[in-house]
Amino acid sequence: MSNKIVSIHDLKREFKMGVEIVRALKGVSFDVEPGEFVTIMGSSGSGKTTMLNILGCLDKPSDGTYLLDGVDIGKLSRNELAVLRNHKIGFVFQSYNLLARTSALENVELPLFYNSGISSKIRRERAVKALEAVKLADRLDHLPNQLSGGQQQRVAIARALVNEPVMILADEATGNLDTRTSYEIMALFQELNQQQGKTIVFVTHEPDIAAFSSRTITLKDGKVIKDSKNIQVRSAKEMLAALPVAADY
Amino acid sequence: MKLINLIRIALRALQRNKLRAFLTMLGIIIGVASVIAMVAIGQGSKQSIQDQLSSMGSNMITIRPSSNQTVGGGARLDATGLQSLTLDDVKAIQKQATYISAVSPAVQSKGQAINGALNWPTTIQGVSPEYLSIRNWPLKDGISFTQEDVNTANKVCLIGQTVVENIFGSEDPVGKIIRFNKIPFKVIGVLGEKGENAFGQDQDDIIIAPYTTVQKRILAIPYIQNIYASAINEGSSAQATEEVSNILRTSHKLKATDEDDFMVRTQAELISTFSSTSQLLTVLLAAIAGISLIVGGIGIMNIMYVSVTERTKEIGLRMSIGAQGTDILFQFLIEAILISITGGIIGVILGITASRLVTLFLSWPTLVSQSSIMLSFMVCAITGVFFGYYPAQKASRLDPIEALRYE
Repeated sequence: MSNKIVSIHDLKREFKMGVEIVRALKGVSFDVEPGEFVTIMGSSGSGKTTMLNILGCLDKPSDGTYLLDGVDIGKLSRNELAVLRNHKIGFVFQSYNLLARTSALENVELPLFYNSGISSKIRRERAVKALEAVKLADRLDHLPNQLSGGQQQRVAIARALVNEPVMILADEATGNLDTRTSYEIMALFQELNQQQGKTIVFVTHEPDIAAFSSRTITLKDGKVIKDSKNIQVRSAKEMLAALPVAADY
Repeated sequence: MKLINLIRIALRALQRNKLRAFLTMLGIIIGVASVIAMVAIGQGSKQSIQDQLSSMGSNMITIRPSSNQTVGGGARLDATGLQSLTLDDVKAIQKQATYISAVSPAVQSKGQAINGALNWPTTIQGVSPEYLSIRNWPLKDGISFTQEDVNTANKVCLIGQTVVENIFGSEDPVGKIIRFNKIPFKVIGVLGEKGENAFGQDQDDIIIAPYTTVQKRILAIPYIQNIYASAINEGSSAQATEEVSNILRTSHKLKATDEDDFMVRTQAELISTFSSTSQLLTVLLAAIAGISLIVGGIGIMNIMYVSVTERTKEIGLRMSIGAQGTDILFQFLIEAILISITGGIIGVILGITASRLVTLFLSWPTLVSQSSIMLSFMVCAITGVFFGYYPAQKASRLDPIEALRYE
């Protein structure tokens, strides 16, 4: 039980919109084991975004429990949640969210600035290592506007890796990228998952992307309607190799 | 450790927007520089007035006759020609006063000084040898007259620089005979240059002679016109004034109900009058400059607000990767403080430079006081905190979810 990364039981989230109460999540339960690559699917209005916010400890459930790495987030204060995010979660966003006019290295270092236990030397070492892991070791001093979309997303992934989180939480991480670059990014995620055993939760609405994960949870109207293991996980690397090289030209 | 990180974060954020940071700083720079320069000008003029007044002899007390009598119809008599001060008064002060270190009677007469073909209208001042020490007036050349010269009403004199220039030119005056109102005087000394006094009068346009000589040979009067005295130190001029008044009242046999028939004035009074005027000037200038400092502070607040709105997404990101509300608060606060303190430092340097330039090119006296530097520096640090806090607090209270979705 305690070795589960995510343990969600009968989780509900309600919002007050004026006098109306909107039930975004109506009792969701699932677990995520270490080393899993889970996609959360759902169309808009399915409660997918609310689920993501709660999984990312940006929001708290109205009811039910969510244990992240054994910690019940329902009992934590705003500041404690921030510390938890800093230590246990790595975010990857659709729009990269890199700081402009800031080098790739400094962008990657950013989460460690909020961890006072880490010296500037270790901070730098870990940032370089994270950038190496996403194959951008030769782009340390590049600014975001000097990098392609795929490279920017890889910097963002490096930033998500640098604090050595228990879970990487990706929000439509390929949404702004073309097919080829999407496959590249997915190949990177698969590599991190398979070779380094990183636990990845990937929120998307594209079934195409979900096919790369080992398990898919589908939400609809605030409920889990489908939770299935992928028997045949597609390899993004192979897909990439199969793409015609000059397809775009 | 954490604070160092936050300072680094704030520094990097400022580096990303160098031009904006500088323009925001400009308000503070101008504010601080003008406070320092204005106060320097104010203090400088105050100091120079004080110096001028002290050059007249800072402990000097002047006693003049004053009318306490009225003629028919209640009109008061003019003080000119009043004969209420006598040598007995001088002697009484000499004998009884404990707060007075030197005292000299004085009589004046206007007239024409002649040396050969050159002549010059000037004033002769008859005094005792103590006068020079009361006025704090050194001799440039020659010697002063003595009590012996006073006793014999000797026709010797000391002449001021203006008189020297007008009737001697480049000639050496010591030992020469000049005539003042047809009476020959031997020049035995030349007074040092004093320049204009605080009222613009030329203090060097004077001839000084024993008072007995002026009394007997020029004016033919038995009384004296003024008494100059020197308090033992600047701080005791109030007691000295009190004491002199009492002595004179006794010596003039005034009843308790009678008004004084003399006036006692001290330099200290003059200094405080002039100082308070220039103090007012300083306060006014500082107030105007202070307003520009506040405007600079509002500039910081304005930019920080815009910055918070513009960087909402950045704030959301920072929160999502683990920044606490206080981290964001401190980041923005530190940014504001860095802007205001850097602006303050540049402003201080600029203010001092501006004061120097004013002295150099306009030859206005300026005095950069440490207190004005300290004060304006503190004000701008406080400005940074004060005007930076509200925007910073706004930033720290953002909801990370909404901030991340902000476009």
